[in-house]
Order: sequence, then C-alpha cells, then structure tokens
Amino acid sequence: MIELKEELQSYASCFDRLQQRAGGPAWLRQLRVAAMARFTELGFPTRRQEEWKYTSVAPVAKGAFAFGDGLIQPPEGVDPLAGLDCHRLAFVNGRFRADLSSVLDGVEAGSLSAALNTGNELVENHLARYASYQNHPFVALNTALLEDGAAVRIPAGTILEKPLYLLWLSSGEQTMSHPRSLIVVGAGSQVSIIEAYAGFGEGVYFTNPVSEIVVGENSIVEYYKVQRERPGCYHVATIQSEQQRGSTLHSHSASFGAALVRNDINSVLDGEGAECVLDGLYTGGGAQHIDNHTTLDHAQPHCSTREYYHGILGGRASGVFSGRIIVRKDAQKTDAIQSNKNLLLSEEASINSKPQLEIYADDVRCTHGATVGQLDADALFYLRSRGIRAEEARNMLIAAFAGGVLDRIRMGALRERLEEMLRQDLQSLLPVQQAAGHASAARSRLHEVP
Amino acid sequence: MLSIRNLHANVGDKEILKGIDLEVKAGQVHAVMGPNGSGKSTLAGVLAGRELFEVTAGEVLFEGKNLLEMKPEERARLGLFMAFQYPVEIPGVSNMYFLRAALNAIRKERGEEELDAVDFMQLVQEKTRVLEVGENLLSRPVNVGFSGGEKKRNEIFQMAVLEPRLAILDETDSGLDIDALKAVAAGVNAMRSPERAMVLVTHYQRLLNYIVPDFVHVMYDGRIIRSGGKELALELEETGYAGLEETVAAQ
Ligand SMILES: Nc1ncnc2c1ncn2[C@@H]1O[C@H](COP(=O)(O)OP(=O)(O)O)[C@@H](O)[C@H]1O
Ligand SMILES: [Mg+2]
Repeated sequence: MIELKEELQSYASCFDRLQQRAGGPAWLRQLRVAAMARFTELGFPTRRQEEWKYTSVAPVAKGAFAFGDGLIQPPEGVDPLAGLDCHRLAFVNGRFRADLSSVLDGVEAGSLSAALNTGNELVENHLARYASYQNHPFVALNTALLEDGAAVRIPAGTILEKPLYLLWLSSGEQTMSHPRSLIVVGAGSQVSIIEAYAGFGEGVYFTNPVSEIVVGENSIVEYYKVQRERPGCYHVATIQSEQQRGSTLHSHSASFGAALVRNDINSVLDGEGAECVLDGLYTGGGAQHIDNHTTLDHAQPHCSTREYYHGILGGRASGVFSGRIIVRKDAQKTDAIQSNKNLLLSEEASINSKPQLEIYADDVRCTHGATVGQLDADALFYLRSRGIRAEEARNMLIAAFAGGVLDRIRMGALRERLEEMLRQDLQSLLPVQQAAGHASAARSRLHEVP
Repeated sequence: MLSIRNLHANVGDKEILKGIDLEVKAGQVHAVMGPNGSGKSTLAGVLAGRELFEVTAGEVLFEGKNLLEMKPEERARLGLFMAFQYPVEIPGVSNMYFLRAALNAIRKERGEEELDAVDFMQLVQEKTRVLEVGENLLSRPVNVGFSGGEKKRNEIFQMAVLEPRLAILDETDSGLDIDALKAVAAGVNAMRSPERAMVLVTHYQRLLNYIVPDFVHVMYDGRIIRSGGKELALELEETGYAGLEETVAAQ
C-alpha cells in the first residue's frame, strides 16, 4: 500500500472502521473503496490548484476529525426554520433521526441507510452518478465515508403542497459529518425542498455535505440551501443537479454561518428547454471566508440560466465567487445571464469575483457582470436627514441589497426567516461607527474574461 | 428659531461659505436667492448635517441648541427638514416603509405614540390628496424611476407627513412644469403656520409668485450680500444676477 500523507491518516482509519462496522450492499462497499482510493490520491486541495486558489482548507486538513455521535439529543431551538409548515427529516451528525422527523404522508423520503440496506433500486441507479468523486477531494471523502443520509423519491406527476425540509445538525469537538442527499424528482412533478445546516454545542466541527438532485422531465423544483452553521466551524459542500428536458430548477443558497465555507453548486442542463435559476446570498463578518463556486453546464440546446449572487462582507471577511458557464458544442440558443454583486462594509473585507465562460457553440447569448461597492453615502445621508438613526439607515440599505436576491424567493415563510437571520447577523458585520458613510477603499479584484 | 452667525464652511480645502448671518423666526418664510455656485446648497447641506462640508467657523442655533454638534438624524428629530435639490434614489427601500420609519423616529422624539401601519396609511392618504402624489409612487422604492417632478413632489409629501418646525427647500421649484409648481406651492402654503418657519432656496423668482416670502436674501460667492422684503425678488428678476459683481465690488 502507498504511504499516506500524515493529514490523511485519521481519515484512513475512520474509513477502515466504517467498512468493518457498516454493512450495505457489495456495490456500495466497492464504491467506498474506490472513493477512498481517489481521495488518497487527490489529498486535500492546496492553493496551488486553480479551483482552490483563494481558499485555504488548511484548518480542515490539519484537524483530526472523528465521526460525530449521531444519537445525541439536540437541545430545543436549534432548528433555524422551526415552525415552518413542512415535511421534516432531521439528521444529527449525518445520521437520520426518525424521532426528530415528522411523519410523511405519501412522500417517499427517509433514511439513505435504510434504503441502501433494503436493496432500493433507486439508490443503486442514482447514488454517486452525478457528483463525481474523481475530481473533487471533498466529494471523494464524503463518498468514501458514506453511511447514512437522505433518500428522496418524488414519483412522476406528484405535486407536493408542503415543502420537504431536510435539517442537518452537527455537534461535537473536532467531529465531522458527511451528509449525503439523493433527491430524484420524477417527470411532471412539482416540489420545494429545503436543506438547512446548523449546529449546537461549543465544539468545532466539520460538515461536508453532498447533495445529488435529479430534476425529471418537465418537473419544477425549488431547492433551497440554508447554511447556518455554528461560528468557527467548517462547511464544505457540493450540490450537483442534473436537469432533464423541459425541467425548471430554482436553486437558492443562503450562507450565513461557519468560519470557512465552500460551496460547489453545479447544474447540468442535460435536456432541451431546461431552465435553471441559481440565486445566492452570502454574508460574512469577523474573519469568515465564504467561497461560492458555481458551474452551469449547458449540454443541450434552448436552455436558459439566470444566476444572481449577492455578497455582503464586513469585518475582515473574504469572499470568492467563481461562476463558470459552459456551453457545449450542440447547445445552440443557449441564453445565460450571470450577475455577482458585492457590498463591502469595511476596508478589510475583500472579494474575488471571477466569471468563467467556456463557449463552444456559436448561436448563444451569455452575459455576465460583477460589481463591488460600499454603502451609498448619499443614500445614508438622505435616510438620516429624515430622522432615521445611522445604524438603522445602514441596516435598511443592507436589507435592500440582500432583497435583490431574497425577494426572488417565492416561499414567503422561508424568505421571512432568512431576512430575520440577516437582521440578527448585521450587528456582527461591522462596528456601527463605520456606518456613518466614510467611503472605504475596499480591496477588491474583479477578473474580466479576456 | 434658527440663528446663523458668521458661518464658514469648506469642501476639502476650498472655502465655500465665507461668513453667513441669518435669523429666522417662527412663522417666517425666507427666500435665499443667488446664482449657481454661490453656495446655497452648501448652506442647506451644512444645516442638515452633511459630512462632506466642514464648518471652519461660526455657530448655528436651532431652537436654542447648537445645531452643528448634532447628527443629521438628531436635527431631523428636533424638527429640521431639508428638501433635497437632488433627491437620492434608494433601490430596494420602499417609500412607505422608509417614511413610516422616519415618522416614528420623529414621533418618538416628541413623546408621541408610534403609528401602526393602518394609522399611517390613513395619514398618508390625507396628505396625498392635497399634494396629488400618485399612490403608485408610494409603494415604489424611494425615488427610483421617478421623474424630476415626481421626486420634488415626493420631497414635499415627506415634509407634509413629517411636519417639521423648520423646512429648508433647496430648489424645489427647478425643473417643474407649471402644474407641478402650483401643486408644490399649494402643499407648502398649506403648511405655513405661526409655529413653522421655512427657508426657500431658489435660483428663480417664479416660485415666489406662488409662495410669497417675508424676507429675501441674495447670496453671492458664499456671502449674503443683500437682504430685503419680497420686492427684492422682483428687482432681481429685472436686473438679473449679472449686476451683483458690481454690488460686491462697491461694498
Ligand atoms: N461635493 C462637492 N465637491 C466639491 N465642490 C463642491 C461640492 N459641492 C459644492 N461644491 C462647490 O461649492 C460651490 C457652491 O456650490 P453650491 O452650494 O451647490 O451652490 P448653489 O447651490 O448656490 O448652486 C461651487 O463652487 C461648487 O463647485
Ligand atoms: Mg444648489
């Protein structure tokens, strides 16, 4: 056997213990072996790699994380979306918890582990077919350590009235979890799905989710990701969707918590006439680092994508936005619009924004734009001149900026929760004195495509 | 109510206001006229608390308090209002939400109950009737996509809702067609009262046909070089601002 880098040692022993302990069908055991082998080859990424140039995962690589306990009881009030009218599946440290989940009427959603052990065909046909572990070390690690998660099948022609809500809770000191979701939506269905990530306790944990979503022909899927991890924790996630002919995916990502955040959010438009809306809001203060890498892969003609990502960064926070749009040779009449706007609330906050257009077809429309700005001093003065306190004026302008993305969320109850989270976080985004309208010479780099 | 003494103010290194003296008493309407660049908006901005302008000398008392020490929002809460020459567009903040926040901030200062959404809408409907502000403007973001005339009406509408003690209107008349001008003037006249004072900053005499001032001041190169009654405005209309240079030279 090849000698392991020291930082991978602890993962190798976790893997060994898992393979001994966990059962599962032979194909799954082989999948884990293959993914572990790939993870061992790739190792943790370094900043010398283009895709990780602005994000150091050293805190994750240097940590020695062990599996978190899936059986502990979360305290009251950890659900960031408590009270939402929905079907709820809850997970603790990656493990499905029936005791914390609500009964689902006619919805095939439950533990991935159960589905694996009962020889569910859906899982065998779809699991790990979309999120490739070949190129992404964190997907490889998730796949190597795959044991439980969520398996969701929406049969063709289903219209789900209430949203399906997957709540992923993490907790523990130097613990890790690898949440895994497989969501397969049949033809002509309409569903809203929320995945929220939160935690409890004081420990530093590492969450490494992978979600695979199949959006069937002519189906309409609203997918929301809410990242509200504990301060100081690490969150590295991949969401990989596959869209079939005529399907519509509205994918929203709202990122509030954690110390280090990396999202890879990708959709392959693999059928004619598919549409994808990719919306994102990311906020950071203190020393938070938030990296959003998105890829929209136009593989077929007549597909359209709309991407709007807004970032609000204060303190010494740093952000990365990389928006890749691929238009394959046959994907004529592609219509893609991408926009990334950033609001920097302090001089030390920074953002790297980079569009990447790879266009191999000739009859397409692709536009992109990125902006970096500070709060508008004239607008602040205008509000204050009417009697509104500096801090409130600032918060109004920040909320207005976030509204550019949040207002596009159709689920009103969820939108209100996210607005509330933003309000709660505003205090930490910058010291109030700075709101008085001093224009700050914020560092920023905007990459233009050649 | 307002007492300005020997006020000097800079933008950067450049002195714009070079010693302004002005007394405004409750119930009075003052017009400040003068050519472009004479410092009218700078004066209005200094009074409203714009940080861009640095006061280098002089003092301003408002209701007996040192105005220059206060933050812009504190001035507004004490009853000072400035209608902007160029109202600012604020995408994403609705006119109604903004104005209710402002009104409640001011009411709180006055020791009055905050208005809930229902009472507020009722108040707004009363005020819009007088000013002919389209209701559709109210639900839109502050000044975004408003025409020049709509922006000016919105300023006067805000004044009507906030009911300040001292209103400074900076060129609220410029760019208005005659109907809009009459509507704005009617709104302003409806607010004249013995407790309230107004300072109309204007470049043209036209507005003063509709809002008749008690006093007229002529500003030139950062100073008030002449003061008089309403007839001074008519005199200026005839002679224009061209003759001012000689007036200054003669002094
Ligand atoms: N933001 C600014 N930056 C630099 N100079 C300014 C600024 N605002 C006003 N000034 C200068 O101050 C002088 C007076 O301007 P202003 O007060 O706007 O005059 P008015 O309102 O009488 O036309 C002008 O010379 C103008 O160029
Ligand atoms: Mg002016």
